[in-house]
Amino acid sequence: MTHQLGYLSLLFYAASFACYVRILYVPNAWLGRIASVLLAGGIVFQYYDLLERSRFTHSVPYDDLYGSMSLFAWLFAITYLVLEIFHRQHTVGAFVTLLLIAWVGGLRLLVPMQPQAPPPARGALFALHVTLITWGYAAFALSFVLSLVYLVQDRLLRSRRLNSAFWRFPALDVLDQMARSSVYLGLVLVALGVPMGLVWAHRLSGGYAWGDPKVVVTGLILVVYVAYLRLSRSAQWRGSRAALLCALNFVIVLFSYTFVNLYLTRFHRFF
Amino acid sequence: MTTIVSNPARIVPGRIQLALIGCNHRTAPVELRERVSFTQKQALDAADELRRQGILEEAVVLSTCNRSELYGVAGEGGSALTEAMEEFFTSFHGIARSEVTGKFYRWAGRDAIYHLYRVAAGLDSMMLGEAEILGQLRTAYGQALDHGATGPVLNRVFQGALEVGKRVRSETEVGTRPMSVALAGVKLAERVFGNLKGRAALIIGAGAVAEQVVEQLRNRSIGSLLVVNRSFDRAADLAGRMGGRAAAWEALEAEMSQPDILVTSAGGTGPVLTRKMLERAIASRGGRPIFVVDLGVPRNVDAAAAGLYNLYLYDIDDLGEIVEQNKKAREAEVPRVEAIIAEHIAKFESWRATLEAGSIVDDLRGRFHQQRLLLLEERLKEMPDVSPEERHRIARITEELIERVLDEPAERLRSGRGMRGRLGAVEALRHIFGLDDSKQ
Repeated sequence: MTHQLGYLSLLFYAASFACYVRILYVPNAWLGRIASVLLAGGIVFQYYDLLERSRFTHSVPYDDLYGSMSLFAWLFAITYLVLEIFHRQHTVGAFVTLLLIAWVGGLRLLVPMQPQAPPPARGALFALHVTLITWGYAAFALSFVLSLVYLVQDRLLRSRRLNSAFWRFPALDVLDQMARSSVYLGLVLVALGVPMGLVWAHRLSGGYAWGDPKVVVTGLILVVYVAYLRLSRSAQWRGSRAALLCALNFVIVLFSYTFVNLYLTRFHRFF
Repeated sequence: MTTIVSNPARIVPGRIQLALIGCNHRTAPVELRERVSFTQKQALDAADELRRQGILEEAVVLSTCNRSELYGVAGEGGSALTEAMEEFFTSFHGIARSEVTGKFYRWAGRDAIYHLYRVAAGLDSMMLGEAEILGQLRTAYGQALDHGATGPVLNRVFQGALEVGKRVRSETEVGTRPMSVALAGVKLAERVFGNLKGRAALIIGAGAVAEQVVEQLRNRSIGSLLVVNRSFDRAADLAGRMGGRAAAWEALEAEMSQPDILVTSAGGTGPVLTRKMLERAIASRGGRPIFVVDLGVPRNVDAAAAGLYNLYLYDIDDLGEIVEQNKKAREAEVPRVEAIIAEHIAKFESWRATLEAGSIVDDLRGRFHQQRLLLLEERLKEMPDVSPEERHRIARITEELIERVLDEPAERLRSGRGMRGRLGAVEALRHIFGLDDSKQ
């Protein structure tokens, strides 16, 4: 059943992507709404896919690579949909859904889908910690995409090579606002998720593990994104420099999510 | 959009005679177009008069600065329709027909619809893809409709035209990209700032192109507008007309910290805005970007300023090139627009085929009954033994036979299925049975 749900969500994401691409070339408010509905449909099916998985493992999917990455993609899609509705912008959807399809599709092709065995029970606080941190990282991923679009749009404006898609791209100001909204959301989620993890670890071991590389890098992530928010309103950094900083910050998130998890941390090594 | 429910009672069976006469910016000089234009009242009066004289049953006049066109549908038997329409058109305006010879176009049937759909799509406009014509078309049709000058045919045709116009603007790029330097400048500013509502603009110089830019900015509810010119009076005049304020030339640099958009078109020999001035302006704005449109020749902005961080600078050549690119892009969209037009013409033709074919059954029924009565009269004369009751029964049976034979074709025509592209067959049937001859 979970296979069919996964493929169905992928199908909806692909249909949504097709609509978003069409919007880039042909403006149509209804097509924008259809794209959003299709994206929402994909999110719903992916939710049930994750739910099936969670029922098997009795936990939020974090313990295996496929489940963890799938949860990340799902939260990424939700964050984008919320921002799209808030900012009333459909023109970034093509880039976001392309990434989503590549991510979800790649997972299905490259990573074993069946979890090996249910992980040990770790409780609701841990589940909430994992969900909030993953969601925060997904929001940072979205700000990364938006910043890249900003940089492309800025370069096109300066080069004066204006292709047909250029006229459909969101304005620089809108992209900047969307990226900042996404970073705000990410910061709030990570700031809420970290204490939960610390409390959970304290309950388990009696200590706070401040020196663990995962905790250190997460602290660094909070610092660089707060710095981005401050600098993006300063005279010297406002604009493309801030967008570049936001994009580079995400490299640290990727580093934390991959290298730190796999090789450095003592207690975030799940798969 | 207005939705019309055609009154079936007004549908006259038979062949639909739709025609159009008129002139536009391509066929007639402005001196002639001025003389043959219609006011709103004149358009409705003309439609009334055409119907009163029996020239047309339905009429719509479309009169804009670039075209005067009369669309009409005649009743059955109307011949030389465009001739009659042109005669009326010229006499209505008190112009000799010789004056419009070669300057008016006449289209009938499918060609007339094709022309109207091209007009609605903006393909027949002076500026390819311009959107204003669709609004003018909607107004002209709406007024004729409210006045009762239209009927089922023109309602169908004009609703189709409005649909074509809407689809062309939502499904193609023929009307999307800016086609004037002024509009291109403003559209580019929107790529930086998004909505321009509430933004501040500074206009340096009070020339004609600058005025066009100001007009575009005003249409977007710009927050504040400041005009600076070497001649303060001219600045005050433009600012007064556009709802802004004027400042002295000497105060230019002091005023540069506020505007998000800067439009320059001042005369002179050297740059009006140097790199240093713009650098200071950006710094005093806390690094917020400035969008500069330099329309001056020679250029008003020092070329070295182009590299400044958060300054987006476009000169007249840049904008001209963008407009040229956009023209080509719009032209490239024409085949897609033509495909939409063809689709809607096919829809109309299908409707027309159903409507016209429907009349064939009625005509055939009339012809068959006429023959039936003649035959009965002839044959029954030779049979004096047949009683009146039996004669009546024979008459009933023959009548029923005709109804049975025509029942299925009538039903097929009512459903309208499969009628698209079969107008030729309908014409052939009319010819074979001599239905047109019998009417005349």
